[in-house]
Amino acid sequence: MRNEMKLEFSAFPQNEAFARVAVAAFMTGLDPTIEQMEDVKTAVSEAVTNCIIHGYEITQEELEKNEAKARESKVMLLMSIERDEIRICVKDEGIGIENIRQAMEPMYTSKPHLERSGMGFAFMEAFMDGLEVHSVPGQGTTVSMHKQIAKEEGEE
Amino acid sequence: MEENIVIKEDTLIIRLPAEVDQYQTEKIRIRADELLRAPVIENVVFDFEKTEFMDSSGIGLIAGRLEKTACFGGKMMIINASARVKKILEMSGLGCLITDGNRMDKGVISYEK
Repeated sequence: MRNEMKLEFSAFPQNEAFARVAVAAFMTGLDPTIEQMEDVKTAVSEAVTNCIIHGYEITQEELEKNEAKARESKVMLLMSIERDEIRICVKDEGIGIENIRQAMEPMYTSKPHLERSGMGFAFMEAFMDGLEVHSVPGQGTTVSMHKQIAKEEGEE
Repeated sequence: MEENIVIKEDTLIIRLPAEVDQYQTEKIRIRADELLRAPVIENVVFDFEKTEFMDSSGIGLIAGRLEKTACFGGKMMIINASARVKKILEMSGLGCLITDGNRMDKGVISYEK
């Protein structure tokens, strides 16, 4: 059985929390450990924040200035669960990434003035089993991640 | 939010919210930096007691304040971090700032809840 869900929401910074809660709720059926749940929530938070801050360049300050633009900028979150594997896709139709390899380097950030730590992709890689990034400058970015929610040894 | 960032004697105490993400850190940063300009401040404490979730935005917030604190020769400490928050800090090279509340050197800092 393959269970799927799709969400689309405005690129508002407050929706980062909504995205985390949504993926956590959708995966509860797998009976994950707290650690596994936190890993997925952190990875999704990083991916969604990237869409908002980098893809659409929307900060809270920006949102207050141009709410309509932020509302029309949509972040798409697709998630599927098949057996014990979770697949998550986070997409935006924003500015895209010119140099994906550089963007994925730990500590590299294109937005030091916003105090982005440059750890976003590093956390996605560390907390998920696999990560793929596709981007076309001017068209958008798609981040695909997957993770096996295996039962801990000794459990059940 | 504002009452969670206070000056106590020579210490700026930043009590972080339940969820530390980009949305929250943007607000904290503005308020913390206003207070950080006060010349009395010698130490900065990040108190994670209420925090259940933190992503890399929290790392950016701490690293940014660390840079400012180091400029005036101040000390920084992270207290009451959960195992999860500690893990994220350690992965980012900020683990050295974690201070066990019980072992806090009273001579260095006089923070009490």
